[in-house]
Amino acid sequence: MSEFTYLYRGGRDTPVSPEQRQKQLQKWAAWFKELGANGHLKELGHPLESAGMVVKGSQKIVTDGPYAEAKDLVGGFSLIEAKDLAHAAEISKGCPILKVGGSVEVRPVMQLNM
Amino acid sequence: MQPGDHLFRHESGRMVAALMRIFGVHNLALAEDVVQDAFCRALEVWRIRGVPENPSAWLMATAKNGALDVLRRQRTARTFAPELGRLLQSEWTLAPVVEELFAANAIKDDLLRMMFSCCHPRLPEAAQVALVLHILCGFSVDEIASAFVTSHAATQKRLTRAKKVLAGSERLFDITALADFSARLPAVHRALYLLFNEGYHGASTERAVRVELCREAMRLTALLLEHPFGTTPVTYALAALMCLGGARLPARVDASGNLISLFDQDRSRWDQELIAEGLKFLELSAAGSELTPYHLEAAIAPIHACARHTEDTDWQTIVSLYDRLTTIRPSPIVALNRAIAVAQTEGPERGLEEIRSITDCDRLAAYPFYSAAVGELELRRGRHDTAREHFRAALALARNPMECRFLDRRLGACERGYTQRAYYE
Repeated sequence: MSEFTYLYRGGRDTPVSPEQRQKQLQKWAAWFKELGANGHLKELGHPLESAGMVVKGSQKIVTDGPYAEAKDLVGGFSLIEAKDLAHAAEISKGCPILKVGGSVEVRPVMQLNM
Repeated sequence: MQPGDHLFRHESGRMVAALMRIFGVHNLALAEDVVQDAFCRALEVWRIRGVPENPSAWLMATAKNGALDVLRRQRTARTFAPELGRLLQSEWTLAPVVEELFAANAIKDDLLRMMFSCCHPRLPEAAQVALVLHILCGFSVDEIASAFVTSHAATQKRLTRAKKVLAGSERLFDITALADFSARLPAVHRALYLLFNEGYHGASTERAVRVELCREAMRLTALLLEHPFGTTPVTYALAALMCLGGARLPARVDASGNLISLFDQDRSRWDQELIAEGLKFLELSAAGSELTPYHLEAAIAPIHACARHTEDTDWQTIVSLYDRLTTIRPSPIVALNRAIAVAQTEGPERGLEEIRSITDCDRLAAYPFYSAAVGELELRRGRHDTAREHFRAALALARNPMECRFLDRRLGACERGYTQRAYYE
């Protein structure tokens, strides 16, 4: 088994009804539950605030940001266990973010003990 | 943990109502924005971390912070609730005032205040109901459109107009003044009654939607009963009729989604707890001197609820209650139901006579169960061809697949010479 991160991008919803939001939430809960039941969930991870700061260069210039477009913004991450990258990508297809215009970036965590 | 059923929907009403109290009735759109943001944030955090221990408190706290943020940023650019005036201007008073307004018992009053504000006399009844559903029950435009089987555009228009009237009303309704409260109460009763009826008799295809409308009406009526000015015999009568009618909801549609007439319902599926509650409310409604249509409708319901079979039903009493209902609020629907009850005691010919004598029966022209009732009585007296014609006419008017299937089965009954009765309540 190898470790992967799922980076959740976009999928910040357009105004929908409270009921639809709640249903979406239920889909996430069900998805994580399934991941957990199948032994794929290493850590739930964390949501990220969209506004932050970016510190850059040897001048250590601090700017507000990242102010990427909503669809490119990472909204959170989780830690996943899967056989290989293809498997991790396959599992991510169940993520409810895909239904609301978002994406999951699947990145292998580098292995130290090769 | 999982959020309770309709948590977001109900919290939406609570949050908007609390925010309106702070922002003022003219800032409805702003309040709705703050609520949208709170939900957006909840979704972003909860989807990954899971739902917190007390999701309702979490949402309220988020809305409260959102409100403070808006108040700080916009206090020079905007005017907020006039009654709060300077309290919101000073940093000394701002946070404590907002804190107080978000306290649990304050929010209960906010909901009531909002409910009364939505039933503004300048708004047509349908608009009041739509506004209540939208603001207090968190229904989106599409959800309201589907519940009332109207288009998105028409619902949007109705809501926009209604919101304009509400925003123009300068201040929220004052629920502390007994005289004003009592004067507006009938309009509120009526809106809640219409909301319940839309769920019970409405045209929406989706059973879930309709059950929910009934449930929302019951929830808001219960809220009314928690306020000292709201606990009137009329409110009790309304609550009774909702409980007693609501008790039959589980049996009105069978497992395959078919409409079941009162005659054929499995009465063991009626909700006994709701019946008991309804009877309790009915008893409480019998105070004072005012006899309203709600009282009479509520009084009819337990006669069905207490009869084990159609045959055991005291139709005579039902007819006499319909008679009194006709005196205080005549309507062709009431007359039709009365005619059906008459047929139960005096035979189908008498029922048909009664139907023919309904004065404004042209108002029932588009109502499928008018033709269906005639068909039913014709069938019962053995005139299968005439019955078939009427059922066909009814079928052409059916408003959804469930009604179509139901009327189809009645047509089938004509072919088989089957004479089981059906009562379209």
